[in-house]
Amino acid sequence: MARPKATGAAGMTRRERYDAEQRRRSLIVAATSTVIVLAAIILLVPLAPGWEKVQKSFFNGAVLAKSFPKLLDAFLVNVMIFAWSAPAIAVLGLLIALARDAKSPALFPLRIFGAAFTDIFRGVPVILTVYLIGFGIPGLGLPRPWNSPYIWGSLALILTYSAYVAEIFRSGIDSVHHSQRSAALSLGLSERQVMRDVVLPQAVRNVVPSQMNMLIALQKDVSLLSFIGPVEIFRQAGVFKSLLANFTPYVGAAIIFLAVTIPATRYADYLMARQQKERR
Amino acid sequence: MSKILSLTVALAMVSTTAMAGGHCAAGKTLTEGKLTIATGNPAYYPWVMDDAPESGQGFEAAVAYAVAGEMGFASEDVVWVRSSFDEAIQPGAKNFDFNMQQYSITPERDEVVDFSAPYYTAPMAVLVGPGAVDTEATMAGLKALKWGAVGSTTAVPKLENVIQPDSRPLLYGDNADVNAAISANQIDAALFDLPTALFLSAVMIEGSKVIGQFAPDASDNPDQFGMLMEEGNALKACVDEALAALTESGALAAIEAEWLQDTTGVPLIK
Repeated sequence: MARPKATGAAGMTRRERYDAEQRRRSLIVAATSTVIVLAAIILLVPLAPGWEKVQKSFFNGAVLAKSFPKLLDAFLVNVMIFAWSAPAIAVLGLLIALARDAKSPALFPLRIFGAAFTDIFRGVPVILTVYLIGFGIPGLGLPRPWNSPYIWGSLALILTYSAYVAEIFRSGIDSVHHSQRSAALSLGLSERQVMRDVVLPQAVRNVVPSQMNMLIALQKDVSLLSFIGPVEIFRQAGVFKSLLANFTPYVGAAIIFLAVTIPATRYADYLMARQQKERR
Repeated sequence: MSKILSLTVALAMVSTTAMAGGHCAAGKTLTEGKLTIATGNPAYYPWVMDDAPESGQGFEAAVAYAVAGEMGFASEDVVWVRSSFDEAIQPGAKNFDFNMQQYSITPERDEVVDFSAPYYTAPMAVLVGPGAVDTEATMAGLKALKWGAVGSTTAVPKLENVIQPDSRPLLYGDNADVNAAISANQIDAALFDLPTALFLSAVMIEGSKVIGQFAPDASDNPDQFGMLMEEGNALKACVDEALAALTESGALAAIEAEWLQDTTGVPLIK
């Protein structure tokens, strides 16, 4: 009333006006600093003495055009390995989690097995597991096609990732409050029924966003199979790199990976945000 | 004590005057008066014996010392360093005057680095595992095999364009991994340059055999090894001159016969 200039913000409280002003200011600061940083990168990087050489070696349009179709083709191998590994990991991971959670004293060996499994396969670098299983087991003298690097390399990925996934499932199981278990038991449900019908449905839902992150990581680690033979995108890019003495194919491979992983990451973020909202 | 000192000084002066004698390489090497040569880590038989290039034993070590001698460097002025493939082709300054580790000369590589004139033309050879030693060395016989190769070598285009196998080849990071795959019977055959194939079959993979070789001119792209140098290296002219002189005199062929004479006894694939 006493402020003639407040017509634009009519109906706003003083607090709201203050907040709007703060938002406006922070927007301006954010925009300015982003523009400055971007301008610095765009203007300064090409000024570096080696920029032309780097551009020729890493961002070469002709090389990219030449190698991209074959890179996409090789990426199908990644997708294939991913497609059969991911379900196997989910199943084995859940089984290991359940083994570690076994309550009956008679099943104690199962708990030990679960603990040993996660300790070993989480502790050994993926690439070592891939090498040891991928070359080691076929070396025992299996006939073809049972000695295929696709089979044993995938198994190495499955074992390693199951160990991580099992731990995430276990944290999900632990996140279901103990009172739910007690309540279900008091209703006369068996231990098995409690786990299957009460605990697991909640546990799995709770850990979906974390498991999404494992999927994204797996998508990238499929490339480790290239060390034992399969020509997937990383190896194909390496072949081009060596033939053309140019690193652009790696940039091409990175673009293809990003095209898949960025949407997946955003989706995981979305799931996580939604879950947090639900919990509030 | 002072005698030794003055002797050293005198020797140093002699060598300085020798270098200042207007030789081609003067002022063009990394360290004045020294020739810095890079090789692989480790470097393999028969290119370098016992991973000790300083001995001059092995084909590339011998060629290196012959070239150095031709350029006016004494043996003790040759300094050896080690490098990986990626280190050598990335843009930027190099820590060697030239790099010898069986670099095949390709036009694409030549855009990023410089190559000397070729010092060896390597034929490609077929190494088969114990399960496939009876394979006939014909195109039809080879197509049916399960193939492997090192992914960073020119064996890959050779496989794709010349042999065109029936099933997709498997590719590996280095020779040791190809060996493991042959030993595990995951692949029947692998394509290497002949000297490497002979070494692997003789020493590394029991029961394997080199069943044939492609004539160096069987494709439009024979594998020629060149010394790799930084793009625009002024030393290239001197190295080429030395290699030309060694080829002319037959010294290069003699070195090749001495270290790579095993090349006989492997039939040509037609």
